[in-house]
Amino acid sequence: MEKDTHFILGVYDDEDVLLHAVEKVRGTGVKIHEVYSPYPVHGLEHVLGYKRSRLPIAAFLFGMLGTTLALTMQFYMMRFDWPMIIGGKDYAAFPDFIPVSFELTVLLASFGMVAVFMIVSNLKPWAQPRIFDLRSTDDKHVMAIDIANNSAVQVEEIKEILRSSGATEVNNKSFE
Amino acid sequence: MQVTSSVREPLVTGGKSYHDVTHDVSRHVEAKPNIKWFLAFLTSAGVLALGFIAVAATVWEGIGMWGLNKTVGWAWDITNFVWWVGIGHAGTLISAVLLLFRQKWRTSINRAAEAMTIFAVICAAMFPVLHMGRPWLGAYWALPLPNTFGSLWVNFNSPLLWDVFAISTYFSVSLVFWYIGLIPDFATIRDRATGLRKTIYGALSFGWDGAAKSWMRYESVSLILAGLATPLVLSVHTIVSFDFATSVIPGWHTTIFPPYFVAGAIFSGFAMVLTLMIITRKVYNLEDYITIGHIELMNIVIIITGSIVGIAYITEFFIAWYSGVEAEQYAFINRATGPYWWAYWSMMTCNVISPQLFWFKKIRTSIVATFLLSLVVNIGMWFERFVIIVTSLHRDYLPSSWAMFYPTWADVGVYMFTFGLFFTLFFLFAKFFPVINMAEVKSVLKSSSEKVHK
Repeated sequence: MEKDTHFILGVYDDEDVLLHAVEKVRGTGVKIHEVYSPYPVHGLEHVLGYKRSRLPIAAFLFGMLGTTLALTMQFYMMRFDWPMIIGGKDYAAFPDFIPVSFELTVLLASFGMVAVFMIVSNLKPWAQPRIFDLRSTDDKHVMAIDIANNSAVQVEEIKEILRSSGATEVNNKSFE
Repeated sequence: MQVTSSVREPLVTGGKSYHDVTHDVSRHVEAKPNIKWFLAFLTSAGVLALGFIAVAATVWEGIGMWGLNKTVGWAWDITNFVWWVGIGHAGTLISAVLLLFRQKWRTSINRAAEAMTIFAVICAAMFPVLHMGRPWLGAYWALPLPNTFGSLWVNFNSPLLWDVFAISTYFSVSLVFWYIGLIPDFATIRDRATGLRKTIYGALSFGWDGAAKSWMRYESVSLILAGLATPLVLSVHTIVSFDFATSVIPGWHTTIFPPYFVAGAIFSGFAMVLTLMIITRKVYNLEDYITIGHIELMNIVIIITGSIVGIAYITEFFIAWYSGVEAEQYAFINRATGPYWWAYWSMMTCNVISPQLFWFKKIRTSIVATFLLSLVVNIGMWFERFVIIVTSLHRDYLPSSWAMFYPTWADVGVYMFTFGLFFTLFFLFAKFFPVINMAEVKSVLKSSSEKVHK
């Protein structure tokens, strides 16, 4: 970050209060930077207006790649590169190629999807995440509001909206 | 939003709050290891070291160190391999299949069960690798690598090769699934820690911050991985059973093997999960998370899968008679009444008869009875594989080559080595990793705990 960023944090105890609060805050026109929770809160992505994740599509595409690679490899090796009769079977014994094709499909789909997940979520061992509140991985839900993104609304007004939406604490947080 | 049922028992007892969950699980990671842990760890490391002598002897001298002979070419090695792989299956069943079925009780046991899967698969992999005799050349025999022996490739028609792909895929996918689940919990430990621990768990947590967007993707990844792992786990033991079923050996050459092996795998796996979880909950005081309700549900899975296995044993016998093939009929009569009758009847007693005791609610909700029966099931399932493998081989087509199998010290030692390896890894896991998936338990807490649900 080249410039300082200032946030207002609303701290919530309860997931249901949080869901209503997100709706309420967004209803007033205040833009939410992000909500940090210790566990997945169902429905939170809907009230925040996030689009459905496209990771399943990535998994499908990587899976298709796995099937294609596995079948190509087996047909090339067994039928074309070094054909041999094994157990009286056809060189291209298609049913025998199914198990390996299935396994490689699963392997590539899983690894491909997880790799995409790691990249888009910026997950890596040396990542230095911005932690708004240490309790957000323990028992609190933390709603972060970027002041710079909400210049139309007064800071005090945002704090009041947060308090009235059920936040147990309203704090300031700045990153250099 | 969840509705609390007045009929259903809560999943987590003791009126835990979210912070209690964090504290109850994290404190074992944060505390200095106590003397009991050291004793347990050193014992298993000792078994590992002693067993290593047998592994070293096997690699140095070759598999002539084992009790195999020209009639019984497969014995303890493949028995132990199938046994360990089977044990691993419960972890994936709990974490993937029960996730797809929305069984929320899985949340407090899936972490440890999946760790068990990974360690069991490592142990299983030891046997085929050692059986190669020259494991350092194994990559050429097991993987389609370009080589200088001509461009002769591995044989994709062989179920043994399918097994290589199945087991390695299973191991890698389980490891990834397990690790994805660990990331948020490592972040929790990171945020409670200072100094070196913060650095280590910070790296392990991959910079997880719990953002709603990350959780959305995390849920998506978990669901897809569960969807992939479910057919995967079924395929793995199916392919393991193909090692036998695609042969023409009487006693092996049966189409019933894939479902029968999968049921047996789940059966033995749940027994091992129970053995480990009963100890873990006691040592770590996690009785509020792994409740009698969990134990009872797992025991119900054991009755079901045990009964499926029982029906499979009887079906095999019936089909051997019905087929009219004399060699097939003899293989089964010989199993039950031949020189290995004691192994057959140990298997029958341990797998089919004794688990039926779980029909009594008193027994399936008793911790002592469950613990003892879980050990019995594991012994029974070892005998099942031994019976299938050795009794089908030891009296082959030519009576002059009929033989018995006697394990040598190296057979016993290699098996001990895998036990040492399994428990060493499990104790390390139990000390340094959160044994319960905190984030997932928190996500089911509200619907199931009095205190949080006002």
